[in-house]
Amino acid sequence: MNNKKIKVLIVDDEPNILLSLEFLMKKEGYQVFIARDGEEAFEILKREMPEIVLLDIMMPKVDGYQVCEFIKNNKKTEHTKVIFLSAKSKEADLEKGYSVGADLYISKPFSTRDLVKKVSKMAEENEVRS
Amino acid sequence: MNSFVLGIISIYYLGFLFLIAYWAEKKAKTKTSFFGNANIYSLSLAVYCTAWTFYGSVGRAATNGIDFLTVYVGPTILMFLGYPILIKIIRISKTQRITSIADFISSRYGKNRFLGVLITIICLLSGIPYIALQLKAISNSFELLTNTPATNNIFADHTLYIALLLVLFTILFGTRNVEATERHKGMVSAIAVESAIKLFAFLIIGVFVTYWIFDGFQDVFSKAKMIESLQQTFTIKNEVGQSTWFWHIFLGMIAFLFLPRQFQVAVVENEDENHVSRAMWLFPLYMLLINIFVIPITMAGGFIFQNYTVNPDMYVLSLPIHFSAEFLAIIAYIGGFSAATGMIIVETIAISVMVSNNLLMPIFLGISKSKSLINRNPKSFVQYIRRFAIGLIIILGYFYFKFITEKFSLVSIGMTSFVLIAQFAPLVFGGIFWKNGTQKGAVFGLISGTILWFFTLIVPSLVSSGVISDSIMTNGFLGNSLLKPYELFGMLGMENIAHATFWSLFFNLTLYIFVSLCTKQSVLEHNQAGVFVDVFKFSKVSEHLGVWRGKALLSDIKSLLESFIGKNRTDLVLKMFAVRNNVNVQTKYADPQLVNYSEKLLAGIVGTTSARMMVASVAKEEEISLDEVVEILKKSQELMAVNKELNTKSQELKLLTEQLQTANNQLLLTDKLKDDFLSTVTHEIRTPLTAIKALSEILYDNTELELEEKQHFLNTIIKETDRLSRLINQVLDLEKLESGKVNVVKEYINLNEIIDEVVESIAQLAKEKGIKINKSLANNLPDFQGDRDRLFQVMVNLLSNAIKFTNEGTGQIKIVADFINDNLQVNVIDDGSGISTKYQEVIFEKFYQAHDQTVKKPQGSGLGLAISKKIIELHDGKIWVESEEKKGSKFSFIIPVN
Repeated sequence: MNNKKIKVLIVDDEPNILLSLEFLMKKEGYQVFIARDGEEAFEILKREMPEIVLLDIMMPKVDGYQVCEFIKNNKKTEHTKVIFLSAKSKEADLEKGYSVGADLYISKPFSTRDLVKKVSKMAEENEVRS
Repeated sequence: MNSFVLGIISIYYLGFLFLIAYWAEKKAKTKTSFFGNANIYSLSLAVYCTAWTFYGSVGRAATNGIDFLTVYVGPTILMFLGYPILIKIIRISKTQRITSIADFISSRYGKNRFLGVLITIICLLSGIPYIALQLKAISNSFELLTNTPATNNIFADHTLYIALLLVLFTILFGTRNVEATERHKGMVSAIAVESAIKLFAFLIIGVFVTYWIFDGFQDVFSKAKMIESLQQTFTIKNEVGQSTWFWHIFLGMIAFLFLPRQFQVAVVENEDENHVSRAMWLFPLYMLLINIFVIPITMAGGFIFQNYTVNPDMYVLSLPIHFSAEFLAIIAYIGGFSAATGMIIVETIAISVMVSNNLLMPIFLGISKSKSLINRNPKSFVQYIRRFAIGLIIILGYFYFKFITEKFSLVSIGMTSFVLIAQFAPLVFGGIFWKNGTQKGAVFGLISGTILWFFTLIVPSLVSSGVISDSIMTNGFLGNSLLKPYELFGMLGMENIAHATFWSLFFNLTLYIFVSLCTKQSVLEHNQAGVFVDVFKFSKVSEHLGVWRGKALLSDIKSLLESFIGKNRTDLVLKMFAVRNNVNVQTKYADPQLVNYSEKLLAGIVGTTSARMMVASVAKEEEISLDEVVEILKKSQELMAVNKELNTKSQELKLLTEQLQTANNQLLLTDKLKDDFLSTVTHEIRTPLTAIKALSEILYDNTELELEEKQHFLNTIIKETDRLSRLINQVLDLEKLESGKVNVVKEYINLNEIIDEVVESIAQLAKEKGIKINKSLANNLPDFQGDRDRLFQVMVNLLSNAIKFTNEGTGQIKIVADFINDNLQVNVIDDGSGISTKYQEVIFEKFYQAHDQTVKKPQGSGLGLAISKKIIELHDGKIWVESEEKKGSKFSFIIPVN
């Protein structure tokens, strides 16, 4: 019901992955924002303070790690949940992701059904908390 | 008193001493001690206090006041401050098996025979009058006590018989063992007991005089004050000056170290260096006690005998006689007797060792006739020589006393011989602290000092005894007023002894240093200098030191040793040596170390000089000639060459290691590149896969989607699939190019044609982005051999890259082709975003973004340029980029045409 209020930011430099993620999130009823790189993401983060961010790592200019750190070190956005979506799938990559403050790390290619479930679970938790 | 009774007492006393010595020697064999060896050592040092002290201190005090103390202050200071020096001398003497002061000095300066002879003569010159002085003290005290006048018939003279008894006693204890470094335990114990007796006797007389005749110190002093002359004597006079005190104290210090008998007890007889630390306080204490009653006795004598003519030298004896205390008089006599005999015994042993080792043995060894005599039984030969020397010295002392002392004043004999002995100081101190002191320096220094001593002290005494005219005293030598014995070079106002000490040591030291600096040391000297100066460094390894190059039959060395120390001990010594140094003692020729060691063992018996001669007689010693030195140098040069070679080798090895390291690093890098490549490829494959999978799932799950949307998604899936297969093709292509599996087809091709075709094929794409492409192709481009399809591929890559990075709508691309210097050159110039300098090199590497993962090409596999580079290289060409950020890039390649 209240899902409408949940804001989801998707950050990725691959247009076709953005296409699919945008479709999935919109269908779930979230308010969706899109950023093609880190810099765009910063602006939206500051402006919209989304509850959930789906974040790619390897992007031009500012990478996903930096975006995540920005989110977690910023008072306004520190409660924002971060889900890394990355083609980097080594143990060390996961560790690094969690070390910069990620709430979840999902390797690409991912299962859309699984992703949707996890995001909606996060959205519910967010509601309970707030 | 009956002279017979006193004679018997004297003989009994010597018999008692003999028993002590005999008993101590026996005890020494069972390794027990009756009084503590450190105490015995300290007491034996008090042999320093002779009859000159026992009787003479009072005599000196009566004429010169407290001046008598200086010769006791010196040793006291030395015992405190000279500890390290004494320890060093002891250590050197032990490691070098030194037997005497002559041995010590000659050994330091290259085992020089002449120096040893010189020092032995000096010791004789200073020692014999000194022994005479002791005999005179015995004689005087005997006469005083028995009230018998001196006789000119020497056979009626009891002193002769006492002297002969002393010869016997000294021989018995001085030559029981021929090995002079083997200590005379019995003799030393007897001397220690004598020291105790003379102290005890002097204290008893002191107490008797001070507390029996008088009523304590206070009483003596107050009564003595009444006598004008005494008061004057004990007032310290300014004009005498501190310099006199200084020189007298200095002489006391030197004498305490270098007098033959002192060197004997302090160094040669020392069993343990630790004993020195006991002596450090015990000996000064002894000095204090033996001097404490000197002034009271002097004053008492002066007061009581003011109206008699009594020799102050004999106050110690005269006072008890005057008060008819016969028993005390005998005690005083025994005290003086012990002081005299102690000195005579030790001095004689010390000098006899020098005389036999440095004077007589070398002479006998030098005479071929006597050699056979020595060879028959060398051990007893050495013993005979030493016994002969002992007898000679004491008898000479007796004759000196009997026939010469009458003519000279006895008072200054002690100090005069101190000044002579002081001439050793520069040689010894220089020898143990300064490596550059040379043999010639030592000889010159010693001789000059001795001449000055003779001139400043002996000449005046010859004058006063009337042997030579006194014009030399007033007008100077040869009438030169600068050469007056007491005022040398016009130096006035100095007391005679101080004056003599100053000038003799001044010349001695100056010549020693000057000549040493001007002369060179022999190899042996240099060696010995090192051993002496650095004794604490070398004392552990002294057996290995020494330049000795030559051959000696082991059997010769062995028989030499056997004849001196016996067969059993020789076998034992050799065995021990073999074990200790891990050398073979069964070989035909003796090990050089063993020869050195044997020489040192023999040195302990016959002295260093004679030992050297003996060993030299059985060993074919080769002098190290200049040629050999050159040879040695050559060898060391060869060694240096080998070293150099080794050095080069190790440098090469180092280089090789570095190369290996580099190769290894290269491998690691390649390995890492491979890893990077794999992970990049994986990433590049996963990205389209992700889109394909996500979109497929969406299509599958959302059947209700609009057709348009469905088609958009499906189209995207197809594009991503194409991207995937393109990527896979390129990876395989690159792998083929890199591994050299691909053969470049070489046919005659025209570059213009290729460029035209590529532009045509790509025109649609450019048009879509609104980008203009201009061509500027030279007319003279020749046909050349190359792979048409591959070069087509390169041009497509470059152009599609240019389009990709050029601004939509306004972008311009220019293609320039030229033929310069047999090279075809193609430039593809765009006005797009450009490439920053740091990426201009790496963009030609595959997936260059692998090194900088935050940067990813907007599109493409990241392999195009890597493939292009490979293709150009296969045509022997080169590809590069020039670019400026935001202004555009210029990609160029050249291909040689021949």
